[in-house]
Amino acid sequence: MIKFDVRKQLGKLSISAKFESQSLGVVALFGQSGAGKTSIVNMFAGLLVPDSGRIEIDGRTLFDSEANINIKTEQRRIGYVFQEARLFPHMTVRGNLFYGRKRSPSEGREIDFDQAVLTLGIGHLLDQKPFTLSGGEQQRVALGRSLLANPDILLMDEPLASLDSVRKSEILPFIETIRDQFDVPIIYVTHAIDEIIRLADTLVLLDNGKITAVGTVEELTCRLDLRHLTGRYDAGSVISAIIEGHDTKYGLTSLSFAGGLLRVPKINAAKGDSVRVKIRARDISLALEKPSGISQINVLRGKIQEVGTLRDRYDGTTPHDIDICVDIGVPLWVRITRLSLDQMKLSVGKEIYALIKSTSIDRQSLGKQAPKLEEKDEYRTFRNS
Amino acid sequence: MDFLTTVEIEAISLSLKISFWAMVWSLPLALGTAWILARYKFPGKFFFDGVIHLPLVLPPVVIGYVLLVWMGKQGLIGGFIHDTLGITLSFSWRGAALAAGIMAFPLIVRAIRLSLEAVDQRLEAAARTLGARPITVFLTITLPLIMPGIIAGCILGFARCLGEFGATITFVSNIPGETQTLPIALYGFSQVPGGEEAAFRIVVISIIIALFALAGSEILARRMHKFIGSSS
Repeated sequence: MIKFDVRKQLGKLSISAKFESQSLGVVALFGQSGAGKTSIVNMFAGLLVPDSGRIEIDGRTLFDSEANINIKTEQRRIGYVFQEARLFPHMTVRGNLFYGRKRSPSEGREIDFDQAVLTLGIGHLLDQKPFTLSGGEQQRVALGRSLLANPDILLMDEPLASLDSVRKSEILPFIETIRDQFDVPIIYVTHAIDEIIRLADTLVLLDNGKITAVGTVEELTCRLDLRHLTGRYDAGSVISAIIEGHDTKYGLTSLSFAGGLLRVPKINAAKGDSVRVKIRARDISLALEKPSGISQINVLRGKIQEVGTLRDRYDGTTPHDIDICVDIGVPLWVRITRLSLDQMKLSVGKEIYALIKSTSIDRQSLGKQAPKLEEKDEYRTFRNS
Repeated sequence: MDFLTTVEIEAISLSLKISFWAMVWSLPLALGTAWILARYKFPGKFFFDGVIHLPLVLPPVVIGYVLLVWMGKQGLIGGFIHDTLGITLSFSWRGAALAAGIMAFPLIVRAIRLSLEAVDQRLEAAARTLGARPITVFLTITLPLIMPGIIAGCILGFARCLGEFGATITFVSNIPGETQTLPIALYGFSQVPGGEEAAFRIVVISIIIALFALAGSEILARRMHKFIGSSS
């Protein structure tokens, strides 16, 4: 278990954050810049001392203001991947990789050196100095350096933020592989919702130093009251699904999920793989009766669960559209105009059909849970948002 | 070594010896001072910084005179050192090493401080997260990264020591074989009639030593660049 409960005053920002999470998979800290995300990871790392509170990882107390415990950074057994690679310029890649490794505690988990180097694809760089490496290569070495120190937990503070979009999609699969192959819990800081859908299991939403919500990615991205944090334009539902099969003739893949079957453009994953699909609220339309003679291939029946409340914009005008939650087995958010809401006389409990354009399912938003390295090239072609 | 006179050999070896020992005592102190100035904020820092730089702005004779008063056998500190350790500083080569070190001190501090301020402290934080204690971080990360600054400081300081005249002659006088360094020997020859040739020889020797020092520093600097791993 990861237990975090601290208070810290940083200038005008007052951090008062408490959350607990299983120490496996990826816990994403998500929030706008200045929300205190980096400060929170720094407190995990011991680089920033809380005013008061308690931090615990798997029963090991790292900080406790009441018991006067503050384990030094070098004794916390953490791996920290920063926004910049921060490689030691006077050492070779090998020297960097071994820096933490030769100082790592003898007991506990042991990451296999060869496996890590192979996974990260940095074997050919071992004898080079960091300045000869590209930005993406540097960040891969930085990932390896933290991982090879055999940490109890990996902290990643926006590790993709300083890379361009091509490099980003080059690194993302490596982080996925670390998550899936090495069994190290990861705390991942980001303000990009796409990265969260790809990587995260648990989502911790942070706003102005306070934690607004903790839950699974699927739960939190569907909550209307958090829309101002998770993003409005790209708002949508995240659905977990399993690959049911591929239709090679039409280039489609069938996904089964709690609400039935979904067909999307063919994805490069094996049958039985679990994936995460993001469907944007603005890409769904609603119909009162089961429509026929339409081009949408995904028509799902459900019941209206919630009609969102209208919030006036900053300039005082009322938005023309409104978000509706339809229960199709899982909650699905749909954005329609207020005009349609009134004309169709939609209200909670009403049976309805949701029409999803299959092409509107962004391939980039398919978070694979078991990525394969040979698919690396495919990621490069993804559209950027 | 027939082409050098006994006086010249004495002056050369004395100059090198005094400069060497001046660096031995002043370099660690300068490193500590540079660390404090680069990394800490404290009340009176401005004043502290000023005192460190005094030898750079004061006439050297003033430093020499102050040393004579304080560090001489009858002086406050010099007397204490003489009584406890049995070391006399005034009119000895040790005093010359002290005077030279003091004169070179601000130059060494400045060079090291500049390179310390250029070190990315985020690298040190990264090293901490990888399990290195602060002293290990200093030895494995900070020290290698400021090595060019330390070397630059050494070369500047050593050159300053070789050339030191005012404070030295005031504090330890001109004693052949004890405190008569190259510049003091040159001054001595220039004061006696017919000493032009001997003075000219010292000038040539000084130029040769300076050229060697420059070449050595250039080689070291290139190796350092390679070691630090910058592309320039």
